[in-house]
Amino acid sequence: MHDGVRNVVIAGLGGQGVLTASDIIAAAAFLAGLDVKKSEVHGMSQRGGSVASDIRFGARVLSPMVPPGEADFLLALAPEWIEVSRPRLRGEGVLIEPGFLGEEEARSLGRALNTALLGALSAHLDIGRDVWLDAIRLVLPERLHEINERAFELGRSRMLQVQG
Amino acid sequence: MTDLTKTDRLLLSGNEAIALAARDCGVTLATGYPGTPSTEILESLSRLGGRAQWAPNEKVALEVAIGGAYGGARALVTMKHVGLNVAADPLFTVAYTGVAGGLVIVSADDPGMASSQNEQDNRHYAVAAGVPMLEPSDSQEAYEYTLRAFELSERWRSPILLRLTTRVCHSKTLVRPSSSKISPPTPHYERDTKGRVMIPAHARPAHHRLRARLDEIARWNETSMLNMVFEGTSDTLGIVCSGVATMHAMEAAPGAAILKIGLTYPLPMGLIRSFAGRFERCVVIEEGDPYLADAIRAAGIKIEDKPSRFRFGELDVVRVRKILTGDQTPDAATPPGKPPQLCQGCPHRSSFEALKKLGCIVSGDIGCYTLSVLPPLEAMDTCVCMGASIGVGLGLRHVLPPDEARRVVSVIGDSTFIHSGLTGLVEMVYNPPATGHVVILLDNGTTAMTGLQEHPGTGRSLAHEPAHQVDYEAVARGIGLETVITIDPLKEPGRLEEALRDCLAADKPALIIVRRPCVLAAGKIRQYEQSRRDGKSCDGKQAAPRSKAHA
Repeated sequence: MHDGVRNVVIAGLGGQGVLTASDIIAAAAFLAGLDVKKSEVHGMSQRGGSVASDIRFGARVLSPMVPPGEADFLLALAPEWIEVSRPRLRGEGVLIEPGFLGEEEARSLGRALNTALLGALSAHLDIGRDVWLDAIRLVLPERLHEINERAFELGRSRMLQVQG
Repeated sequence: MTDLTKTDRLLLSGNEAIALAARDCGVTLATGYPGTPSTEILESLSRLGGRAQWAPNEKVALEVAIGGAYGGARALVTMKHVGLNVAADPLFTVAYTGVAGGLVIVSADDPGMASSQNEQDNRHYAVAAGVPMLEPSDSQEAYEYTLRAFELSERWRSPILLRLTTRVCHSKTLVRPSSSKISPPTPHYERDTKGRVMIPAHARPAHHRLRARLDEIARWNETSMLNMVFEGTSDTLGIVCSGVATMHAMEAAPGAAILKIGLTYPLPMGLIRSFAGRFERCVVIEEGDPYLADAIRAAGIKIEDKPSRFRFGELDVVRVRKILTGDQTPDAATPPGKPPQLCQGCPHRSSFEALKKLGCIVSGDIGCYTLSVLPPLEAMDTCVCMGASIGVGLGLRHVLPPDEARRVVSVIGDSTFIHSGLTGLVEMVYNPPATGHVVILLDNGTTAMTGLQEHPGTGRSLAHEPAHQVDYEAVARGIGLETVITIDPLKEPGRLEEALRDCLAADKPALIIVRRPCVLAAGKIRQYEQSRRDGKSCDGKQAAPRSKAHA
């Protein structure tokens, strides 16, 4: 295995923002000057089927797919995807799912829930907060910036609290 | 992520990289038919300002591109792997005639069948037709190889196959575009009847020329920069590979020497022989069929091949490790996930409910509506390839006993009907079964499955600009069908069931058109029509769906 490559898998249902979230992660790694590869099976995401996206970044990335059982982070956008996607995660890998937010809080975020999970992910990574915010602004249309920046900050601060 | 294109390095999918290269090398004409995973190439090229258009099917697309290349222009044609089956007829003969301008044929294969009906390996087409083939392994190479493909096509006056796979098409990786662009030739016509009119007297010498050209390219390929050797740390293991499998192999075996072949037909057999001879073990790592392995072994070179179970599905780093270590443990089962289904509010639903209620034997076709085979509808009996619904339905009608034959109905979508359903309709009136037949045309006004592309029945071009609209009812009557019924499933609930009952009992050929826009496309279609009424130019960039193709 080559050193320093971070492996992230995002899993959810079509329409939950899996592909947007993976675009933001890839943009953040890109803006941070890293090599990055992002891969997903596009098939039928708009037909309500399950969707997963792999993002890998570091000094040099080879395969575009996170090898089974080697994800450092698994972002599950819906609770029902935690168990089915867990085999993607390596033993010490980190699972990030909406449960770390209060139920009320998660609901108030609506479609920006995916960005809150990115905030939580960002607390584990060396990519700076400003780079993440730039990535969000790059990928999302302007009318969605404010709500998603707020969601990102919420997810990030909650995770930093947990980490102490 | 268009803003990421403002720097010297870009983050692009392989499809976007091919579009950028096509723009950068001045492709005059790009055409194709939508098909996962190839669809975004033409859409991206159109957004970049290139001339890109959807053809009714891949055969027509390739023929249009051949004409462009005969005229001395650079022409690009894109399709998914099964699309090349449709375009195979012109493919085999354009290899004989050769071209004047560059002709690059993109075949996007789908190992693992993320969204296809088979996992055919189109590398065999390069051999069968005698067309040189390039295989990029990431977006950077997708960009570079597109430029090189045009260069080689013009140098050798041969069409070039650019063979991609799903992970090359859809993965986003970094691209540094080239600063040295190859300028395109100026289109002009040169008469060359012996080279272009393939009567047997002309085709016999053309076949000899083709084989001589391939021999020459094979010699050139021995020292081509398209093939690369990455030295390893020992002389125990050498790996021969191509395409995305190279990336998996480099990661799975960091110490191994790698021979990465970029021009995979005709193969540089001398290079492979000298590489393989340097190692205790030389293993071929390739996705799909043992194309490289069989050819290399046939040349008398000692290599190891992957066990047959790795012929199925995509490779990944873990599977390549297993091949290299002889690990026989089965692959971990993929999480079941939730299967896709027809959308809430999909206008196709009520059609399949009616078919199910009447106990029909449904000869189906390719599109979103194929999902009706899954629970809860379970209302489709066959699905073979684009357009097959009508022919297969007619065949069933011809042979089944009358009480069963009368239950057979063919169901086909609008884009698929334009693609290859028209000839089926002609067959229906020319050789009508004794019990007649019923074809249902599900007209949702878009090519929904591949991500809402336009087609000749929508009345809009690839860039969603106004275009001529094919009138299905007039076509059907022109072909000679007497019974042509049009139904709006939302405004006329229950009418399809009634019409079906009547047609099934009538023992005559009939076409029922069920017309209602796709729920995902309806909003966009209203926008396009509004801009048409306002007389505004419908900017393709604005009008294109933000999320691009999905199926």
